[in-house]
Order: sequence, then C-alpha cells, then structure tokens
Amino acid sequence: MSFEPKILGFLCNWCSYAGADLAGVSRIQYPPNIRVIRVMCSGRVDPEFIFEGLLTGLDGVIVMGCHPGDCHYLEGNYEAEKKFNMVKKFLELINFENRIRLEWVSASEGARFAEVVTDFTNQIRELGPSPINKSEADKRLREKLQAMKMAVSNYRMRALVGRERDITENENAYGDKTPLEKFENIFNKAIRDEFYRHYILLKLNQSPKSVKDLAKEIEIDPSEVLDHLLILKGRGQVDMENIIGITPIYISLMEG
Amino acid sequence: MKDTKNENEDIRIGVFVCHCGSNIGGLIDCKKLAEYARSLPRVAHSEDNLYTCSETGLSSIKKAIKEHNLNRVIVASCTPRTHEPLFRECISEAGLNPYLFTFVNIRDQCTWVHMKEPDKAYEKSKDLIRMGVYRAAKLEPLEKIKININPTALVIGGGVAGMSAAISLCKQGFKTYLIEKEKELGGRLRSLHRLFPHDIDASELLNKFYSEMDKLNNLIVYTSCTINHLDGFIGNYQVELEKEGELINIDVGAIVVAIGSEVLVPNGLYSYDGKKVITQLQFEEILKLGQVNAKNLVMIQCAGSRNDDIPYCSSVCCMTALKNAIVCKELNPDVKITILFRDIYTPGTFYEEYYRKARENGVVFMRYTSDKPPIVENGVVKVHNQYLNRMIEIPNDLVVLSTPLIAREDNEFLAKLLKVPLESNKFFLEAHVKLRPVDFATDGVFVCGTAKWPTDISESITQGQAAASRAGLILSHETMEVEGATSYLPEHNKDLCKGCEVCIKVCPYKAIKKNEKGEIEIIQALCKGCGLCGASCTKKAITIKHFTNEQILSEIKALGGEVA
Repeated sequence: MSFEPKILGFLCNWCSYAGADLAGVSRIQYPPNIRVIRVMCSGRVDPEFIFEGLLTGLDGVIVMGCHPGDCHYLEGNYEAEKKFNMVKKFLELINFENRIRLEWVSASEGARFAEVVTDFTNQIRELGPSPINKSEADKRLREKLQAMKMAVSNYRMRALVGRERDITENENAYGDKTPLEKFENIFNKAIRDEFYRHYILLKLNQSPKSVKDLAKEIEIDPSEVLDHLLILKGRGQVDMENIIGITPIYISLMEG
Repeated sequence: MKDTKNENEDIRIGVFVCHCGSNIGGLIDCKKLAEYARSLPRVAHSEDNLYTCSETGLSSIKKAIKEHNLNRVIVASCTPRTHEPLFRECISEAGLNPYLFTFVNIRDQCTWVHMKEPDKAYEKSKDLIRMGVYRAAKLEPLEKIKININPTALVIGGGVAGMSAAISLCKQGFKTYLIEKEKELGGRLRSLHRLFPHDIDASELLNKFYSEMDKLNNLIVYTSCTINHLDGFIGNYQVELEKEGELINIDVGAIVVAIGSEVLVPNGLYSYDGKKVITQLQFEEILKLGQVNAKNLVMIQCAGSRNDDIPYCSSVCCMTALKNAIVCKELNPDVKITILFRDIYTPGTFYEEYYRKARENGVVFMRYTSDKPPIVENGVVKVHNQYLNRMIEIPNDLVVLSTPLIAREDNEFLAKLLKVPLESNKFFLEAHVKLRPVDFATDGVFVCGTAKWPTDISESITQGQAAASRAGLILSHETMEVEGATSYLPEHNKDLCKGCEVCIKVCPYKAIKKNEKGEIEIIQALCKGCGLCGASCTKKAITIKHFTNEQILSEIKALGGEVA
C-alpha cells in the first residue's frame, strides 16, 4: 500500500477554518490526509504543539492563519509567524523543517485552501513517513525533538520570540533600536545554545553523567558542554552530584 | 470559575453522528461511525441521526443527556461556524453548561471534499471523532461575563446613512451623538440636484431630514467634529472628539460607522479638465443652476472603474447618468445626449422603467468594450462601434464622466481605532455578507451606507435604519453577556508569573495590565479569547479558557496516538 501521510493542520477560526469550509461548500476536492484542530487565532499555536505533533509520529504539521493585515485579532498572525519561524529554525538543526509549513488562507479562498493542502500533502508524500516511528535507531532523533520541545517551553526562547517585534520595531528606553540583523544573530545563537542545553538536561534526566559522557552522547565538544552546564547550573537546573576520581558527575534538578 | 478541577468527575460523553440527509450519510457509514465512537474511552452513548439539527435530532440529544446522564456532548456534522450556537443552546436547555460541547466537522471539511474517496473519508472521520472525544473529556464549564450597557449611541458621519441611523436611534429612545467632519450635515446629498427614480429635489429630502432631527430632543449634533481617540468595549466606549480645536469626551454603548465615500476625481482620464470634461457630480451643479450650454453631450460610463485598479462596479453611476440625462433633456430637449456604456445596470423597482424613459426621451446609448475605450479629443469623442465594426466620431461640447465612489482615506485610521477590518478596496468589511450585513465582527460597532460599499440613497437609508436597529438590540439591554472563553491567570499560577510583560505587549485589545501591586491583571470584558498571551507567556502561566493547552495537546495525542 502506498504511503498515506498523516498531517495535522491548525486553522484559525476566522480566516483559514472558514476558507476550509468554503472549499467544502464549493465541493473543491483535496487529499484526505489532513486532520484539523480549530484555534481562535494562528497566534494561539504554542510552539510546543508543533513538536508534540511531530513527536506523536505525525508526518507533517501545517499552521494556517489570516493574511497579513487581515487578522481578526489585528496582529495575531504576525506573532504566529514569529513563533513558527523559531520552530523552523530548531527543526533545521535536524533537517526536519520541510515537515512543517505556515500559510495564509482567507475566508474567501476555498480554492487556495485546497491548493495549499494538496501541495503540502504531496511534499510530505515525497519526504516519506516520519522517521520518528520507525525504530530504535531513531531514538536519538526522538530525543532531539524532545529537547527542542523543552527548549520552546523555556523562558529564554519564549521571551525572545515574545519580544522580537518590540525589540526590533520600537526604540528602547535609551532611544536605541536593535537592528533586525543583530537580533537575528542573537536569536540564531540562542536556538543552537538552548537546543544543546535542553538536550543536556534531557540526558541528565535519564541518569547522572560526566561532561565527557554528555559530549559523546550529544556529539559536541566537551568544552561547549561545560559552558552549557555552567549556565544550567546558574539557572538552578543542574548540579554537581559527586566526583568520581577526578571527574565531576552532574545531575538534573528538574522534576520528571 | 474554580481553579481546582474535580479530577474524580465521572466524564460521560455522548456522540451524535449526523447523516445530514445524504451529505454525509451518502458517502460514509454513519451508523458504523457511531459504533466506533462508542468504543472510545468515556463515551457513554452514541447514535446516528438523519439530521441532528432537526427538532427530532435536538430532542434526541436532550433525551440522551437525561437517560444516559451525559455531561459532555459531541455532534459530528457540518461546521461549528454555522451550527455550534444551536447545539450549545440545546444542551443548555437540557441543563448542561453550553461550553461542554464539541463540534466535529465531518461534512464541510470531510465528505464534501473527499467525495471520490469514501474509505479514506471514513477513516478521517474516525480520527476527527476520536480527537473530539479526547478534547471533550478535558472541557470545563464556563460562565459568560456580564457587562453593563450605556444606552447611548455614537453615529460617525452625518450623511444620509448617518442621519437615518441617528434619527432611528433617537426614536427608539436612545441618546445619540451624531458627528460630522464638515460644517453642515447632509453629506453628498447637499451636492446633488435631483434624485432618481422620481426626480424629486435633493433639497426636499434634505429638509425632511433636517426638520425631523429638529424635533428630537435626545439628539446631540457636533459638526466640524472629528474623532481622536477611542477606548473600551461593547456597551462601554470612551470617545475623545475634537471640535474646532476643543476636546469633547463622551461615553457611549454602541457605534455606527457612516462616514460615506468619495467620488473618484478622474485626473489623467479621458482628458479630464473639470471644464469641458467633467464628472457627474460637477454636472449636477450645472443642472442645479439650470445652465446647460452644451448642444452635444457625451457621457462615458465606468470611467475609472471595472478595471485593474478599481475592479468593482460602483452601482450608482448608471442610474445617475440616466437621471442627469433625463433632467437635462427636460431642461433643454434639443441637447443631443449620447451615453457610452459597457453594461447598463438598472436593478430595482422603477429603475428599468427609468432606462426606457431615457430612451423615449431621445438619449442615444452606444456600447463600448474595455479593450477599446473611447478616446476624448478636442470637440470629438472617438469610439469603436461594435455593430458597425468601425470607429465613429461623436462631436460634442461637453463630456461627462461617470466616475465611481471610492473609499475614503480616513477609513484606515478609523478602522485601526475601532479594530475593524477593511476589504481590498479599503471599504469597511462587514461581519458576514448575508448573515450580518451591517455588523462588524467586533461587537458593538456597526456600518452602513457607502462607507461599506457604493449604494444609492434609498439603500443608504435602509442600511442606516438597519444599523440603528442592530445597535438598538444592544442598547435596549441594561446588561449583556459576552463570550466566556477568555484568557486568565489562575490563582495557583500567580507565583509563576515573573512580570516579563510579554502578554501585555502581544495583547491586541489592551486587555492585560499590571495593577498597583505589580501583578498581571486580565480584564475579562476586553479579552476576545484569541489566545496570543497564553501561547506567548514565558512561564506558561496564562490559561486560555476553552482552548487550554491540555485540551489541544490531548487532541494532538489522540490523532498521533494510533500511529505509534
């Protein structure tokens, strides 16, 4: 049997969901692979939801909202875009970015809704089934996605995304404006850092480990691991448990 | 609302699968779907109905709620956008909180769009129902929020639509402010000469409006007045007006937008110069003075409309041209009038007769097509005649262009202020073309007249009165209930909040503020439930009622779960 992708769609109530209904009223046919969750605004889609979708084994996730300038909640779709871009940047680290998409579909665009869904379904069909479900060999991939899910639920990434428009579009108290480029640099570095920090946390949640163990398991330089551990320690998320020989062993202080 | 949930609550879900005649049942097996639903956890009852929305369907929901002691109801059918209110009302009549309802869309987004793949549509419906069941299990009862209504209206714009709305509101007994940017009320009616289809004098109608308004003692008119600032929500708006440099603050409960439109000035079109080539509006002035000196007159329809820039039909110009041609002929029957048109639209009582009257009076009609528009040269209009299939030349001493009504530049400012949308031509966009033609999606704000779309005078009056009656529906209540599905900061999450203020920054309705104690406070009546704050909250402390993380995550898991 040919591969039938399972796709999750988050549709905003006012534009895209109405557009999807219009496709129905107009009897415009499209592939039956999408399952829709209705949200009031595309900006409601917590980045965590997309990771959760991918972790449960779905092959693709699409978020749809009103066209820029047409948002029922004025600018909710701009916030949706910021959140989505963050998720995309995380997924680029594991070549998963083509399994998600953000599109604008208005209430009057029934035909466009069908086109977008058809196109995305074909894209996922070409990519093939999500490797998440496959085997033990992909356990590492699953862990990486989990680490990302933890990272987008963490204060730093959420604060950066939540303030992005404020930081880059408005002046601060000293009358300075942060150029978008500078923000992007900080943001991109934060993506990488927070991914590895949460990957470390995830590993330490499993069992106490040394810097060397961690470096081997998550495949980065031990010195970088140490840098991250110091930050995590500062946040009160990890601590040194004991020293075996001359090697310090770290534990997670996170619950669960 | 209680913060702590009763974890031990025995959840009993009822699933009703609708055939929708043959719309759903014709493609997939609804009986089997209902059986599948019953196999899902916490489903205490399921059934299929021919039409769940019918009297029979609704009473079987109510019956099942009692018989099976249901406390969550799912209907799998058309779309929540049209039918959720009906089912919510139904379960609340049976004693359940209306928010304990979940809609599963298996028609508009399933059987109608997968008509050639019944098996896959059936599988999709199963998934959607399963997602609904998991969502329903997490639903919580919500209470609507009660707000007070200030029984005062504000009508923005004193043209024919605005005056009609204001008069109607006053007569319903509501104190009404009518504000107008110009020095006098009346709008475009003041520049018109006669009105179609009965050719009465525009001033006659205007005076009727004036004398009617004079009799009203609850009408407050401000002319030369603009709106500066607006705050608040349905029933409770605070508005700052500016009249000749002086600020006036008023409180109102509902707002009617009637700011009208502008007439396109056809600069660069058909050699327009305002003297030999003029607009219909300028022609009205000449007719008013009774000084038509022209012997050969050519009117060009759709001048500047129905093209790439202004794609719409302005709807009033055909009748305006006919009217001015008839009036002109009455003034001087010797004037030769030719109307160059693409299509003549005369829908409405008496309007088609009016067209015939123009022909009987000797007005010549000649068609042109958009790919071969007329060319206006000094004293002559060249036009391709499709019946003769050649260019003909019409001598003339006056060309009158029928230019469209276009959206005002002010629209963008006002739209932002009121948080209402504009459509692609920058006219105001109503909540629904058919179901809510004079409402905005934002509660408490209404639209009428040419601010919404080009309309003639009788239609503007109709819409003005319609908007007034819609506003009256709100103003006639002392209190009203507004949506209860809002965001809030649960008591037990208050410690989580770090005061980062991201929620305040992203809230489009300024519904979140910091109180004197430095705590985040969400004003429920202002919140529209978009969920931005919750999805952005850096500590995940804010809950979005009816779209909680828990509810959405369980839907996701219900979908992905079977795959693993």
